[in-house]
Amino acid sequence: MSRILKHRLFWPLVILVALLALNLFFTDNFFKIQMKEGHLYGSLIDIVRFGAPLILVSLGMTLVIATSGIDLSVGSVVAIAGALACLRISGLSDQNSVGGVLGAVGLALVLSVVLGAWNGFLVAGIGIQPIIATLILMVAGRGLAQLITDGQITTVNSSPYKLIGGGYWLTLPFGIIIVAVVLALTAFLTRRLALGLLIESVGGNAEASRLAGISARGVLMTVYAFCGLCAGIAGLMISSNVSSADGNNAGLWIELDAILAVVIGGTPLSGGRFSLSGTVLGALIIQTLTTTIYSIGVPPETTLLFKALVVTIVCLIQSPAFRAKVFHRRRRPIAARPAAEEKVRVSA
Amino acid sequence: MAAPAPILRMSGIGKQFPGVKALDGVDFRLLPGEVHALMGENGAGKSTLIKVLTGVYDIDAGEIELEGRPVAFSSPLAAQQAGISTVYQEVNLCANLSVAENIFIGREPRRLGRIQWKAMRRRAAEILARLDLDLDVSAPLSSYSLAIQQMVAIARAVDIDAKVLILDEPTSSLDAGEVAQLFRVMRRLKEQGIAILFVSHFLDQIYEISDRMTVLRNGTLVGEYLTSELSQVELIGKMIGRELADLEKLEERPPAREGAPLVEAEQLGRTGAIQPFTLTIHEGEVVGLAGLLGSGRTEIARLLFGADHAGTGSLKIGGEQVNLRTPRSAVSRKLAFCSENRRAEGLIPDLTVRENLILALQAARGWTRPIPRRKQDELVEKYIAALNIRPANPDQLIKNLSGGNQQKVLLARWLILEPRLLILDEPTRGIDVGAKAEIQRLVAELSDGGMAVLFISAELEEVLRLSHKVGVLRDRRLVAELDNDERLTTDTLTETIASGARS
Repeated sequence: MSRILKHRLFWPLVILVALLALNLFFTDNFFKIQMKEGHLYGSLIDIVRFGAPLILVSLGMTLVIATSGIDLSVGSVVAIAGALACLRISGLSDQNSVGGVLGAVGLALVLSVVLGAWNGFLVAGIGIQPIIATLILMVAGRGLAQLITDGQITTVNSSPYKLIGGGYWLTLPFGIIIVAVVLALTAFLTRRLALGLLIESVGGNAEASRLAGISARGVLMTVYAFCGLCAGIAGLMISSNVSSADGNNAGLWIELDAILAVVIGGTPLSGGRFSLSGTVLGALIIQTLTTTIYSIGVPPETTLLFKALVVTIVCLIQSPAFRAKVFHRRRRPIAARPAAEEKVRVSA
Repeated sequence: MAAPAPILRMSGIGKQFPGVKALDGVDFRLLPGEVHALMGENGAGKSTLIKVLTGVYDIDAGEIELEGRPVAFSSPLAAQQAGISTVYQEVNLCANLSVAENIFIGREPRRLGRIQWKAMRRRAAEILARLDLDLDVSAPLSSYSLAIQQMVAIARAVDIDAKVLILDEPTSSLDAGEVAQLFRVMRRLKEQGIAILFVSHFLDQIYEISDRMTVLRNGTLVGEYLTSELSQVELIGKMIGRELADLEKLEERPPAREGAPLVEAEQLGRTGAIQPFTLTIHEGEVVGLAGLLGSGRTEIARLLFGADHAGTGSLKIGGEQVNLRTPRSAVSRKLAFCSENRRAEGLIPDLTVRENLILALQAARGWTRPIPRRKQDELVEKYIAALNIRPANPDQLIKNLSGGNQQKVLLARWLILEPRLLILDEPTRGIDVGAKAEIQRLVAELSDGGMAVLFISAELEEVLRLSHKVGVLRDRRLVAELDNDERLTTDTLTETIASGARS
C-alpha cells in the first residue's frame, strides 16, 4: 500500500480520477462509451481527442524541460504549421488529392523541425538562456504565421486533411492514434534507446556531461527539434479539426498549458528526471478540467478564475513538501523521556 | 579529572535510509570548551550524525539532549536558534554582500524598520575583533580569501549565541597559514566555553587541535578517546577496522618503465591559463604534477583532455597529430579525465550509481546504441566489487553516497572505457585514508597493466609514491620535469616548487 502511495504518479492519478468523478454528478452517462456508425463515442473519448494536441506539445516540452530548458515558442509553431499546411492545400487544384495533402503536411512538419532546431541552435550553439531564446520565436512566430496566411483566416475543404484532427480510423479518432504513435516513439527513443539517459544527464549537470564525452549540443538540438516537430503535428491537428488556419489564435497560450502539464506530471522545471506518463496524465488533467468547467456550468466570466483555483490546488497536492506539512505533522517524534544515564561512556 | 557535564548528549541514535542503515545505536557527547573530532571513513556516518543533530534529518531512534533537556530539531534554523551552529565545507554566505551584511543577514539592527548601517558595521567589527580578525567590514565578502570567508561564517555562527559549533571539513581548501589562522580562532572560541565539533580528513590537524575524538565505522560507534592517548596508527586501525600493513605496501617507489610515447605535447599552451609546455607521457607511465593550488596543474589536464582549447602548440596522441576540440574527441582517442571538482564537473546528482557509472561508455557509443541491461548489470557489479563502492546498490542515487564512494564511481566511469591515458586531478582530496589507499593502489595496478596516468595531487608524498616522473608547476608554468629517483624527496620537490628551478 505504501509503495502505491509513494509512486510518483499516484497523486496525478488521484486528481484525474477525482475530476472525472466530479463530472458524474453533472453529466448523465459520463463514463459511457458507445459505438455509433463504427466510431467510438463518449465523454472520455472526447477528452482524449480534444486533449491530443496538448498531449503532443507537452511530450516535446517534457524533453526540453528535462534538459533544464523551456520552449515558449510551441504555440507559435502550432500556428505556423497549420498556416503553412492550409496555404499549400488551398493552393491545390484538387484539395482532396492525397498526394497534395501529404506534401503540404510534410512541408509543414519539416518547417516545424527547422524552427525547433533554430531554438536549439540559439540555446546550444550561441548559449542564450532558453526562456529568452524561445521567446524570440514565440513573438516572431505569430507574425510569421500571419504573414503566411496574409492576416486572414485561411479555410480549406479537404477531406484527407480533415482526417488528421477530425477523422476516425479503426473506430478511434485519428488524433488519438497519432498521439499513441508519437508517445510510443518518444518512449522508444528515450527509454529503449539511450537518449533519455543523455537528456537526464545534460539536464542534471551539463558541464559534467560534456566532460563525460556527451555532445550536449547535439542532445539539445535533437530535443528542441523534436519539440518543434511535436508542436507542428499538434498544429496540423488543431487546424485540421476546424478546416482552417488562424495565425492569431491557433495554439494561443498552449505553451503555458504544456508547461503546466509537464509540472503536474512530476518533471521538475530544474531539469533532470522526466516522466512521459506523468506528462500524459498532466495533459489529461488539464483537458478534463476544461471539460468539467463546461459540464458543471461555471459562468463564462469566472472560468479562468475557477481554472486557476483548481490548478493551484492540484499543484499543492502534487508537492511532497506541502503534503508533508499538512498530512504528516503529527508523525514527528515527540521529544520527551529522560535518557538512560548508564549508557554514557566516560573516558575523560 | 572529573568531566564537566556534557552540553550535548546524543544516545542510541539510529537513522535508516532506503537500503542503508546509516547510523545504528550511536552515542555521542560534547563537553563545553573542548574541540571534539568526529572521525571515520567516508560513509561511516559522520555527515549523517551531523545532519541528524542539526535537524536536517529526523532520527529514527535515540535521543538528543542539549544542556540536559531533550530536544528534537525540525530544521537547521531551529537547531541554530537553540545554539547549535554549523559551518560547512562550502562557505554558504553571499559573496556579493559586505562582510557586515553577511554577519547580520536576516537580523540586521533596525530602528523603525530602517537598517542602522553604522551600528551594524560597528558591531560586526567588534565580533570579528573577538576572533582577532581585523577586516574592512564594508568590503564585499568576495574580496577576501576563502579562509577569511570561512572565518566570517564562523563569526556569524558564534554570534548567534552558539553553544555548539560544528565545523564540517573547514580546512580542505585552506593552505597551511590559513589553517593556522583558523586554529587560532578555534582556540579563542574554546576559551569562551564553546564546544566545537570538528570534522577533517587531515590527521595532523586533528592531532594539533582536538582534545577528544569519537570514531565511527559503518554507522556504528567504535569508541570515544582522548586524542593524547591514541596514536595516529591506532586511530587509522580503528577507523578502517584493519591494520595499516595494507597501506605500507605501497611505500617503495614504482619500478622504472620503458614504453612507447603515448601523449606528446609540444609547446602546448593557452593564454591566461598555462604557459606553453612540453610534456611526454609514455605508455604505462605515471606522471605526477606537483605545484601549488592555481599553479596550472588543472589547466594542463584540461588542455590534454580537450576540455579547453589550446591556443598554441601541438599535441600528438599515439604518434598522430590531433586537435582536440571537445572532451568527446579526447574520449574517442581513449583519454579519460577525472576532474578535481566532483560536484560541478563529475556527478550527475539525480541519476543512480548505475547511470553515473555507464555514462561515459554510453556517451562514447552514442544514444542509438544503448548498452543492454545485462551488460550494464555485469559492468556495474564488477566495478562496485572491484572498487569496493558502498553501499553496493546500483540503484541508489549518487547524491546519497559519501564523497569517497562518489569518487570511486567517477573513477569507475572512466575505467569501464579502458582508457590509454587516465588523468586524475586530485582524486584523493577530501576522502578518507582507506579510500585513499585503495585509489593509490589502483593507480599502481593500472600502470602495471600498461595504462598511462597523469596524477595531480597537492600531497607531495602521494605524488612521489606513485609517479615515475614529476612535473613541477609554478605560476602557470611547467618549470621542471624530474625523474623520480633516490635523490628526489618531498624536500627537494618543495624546494623546486618554491624556487622555480631544478635544484
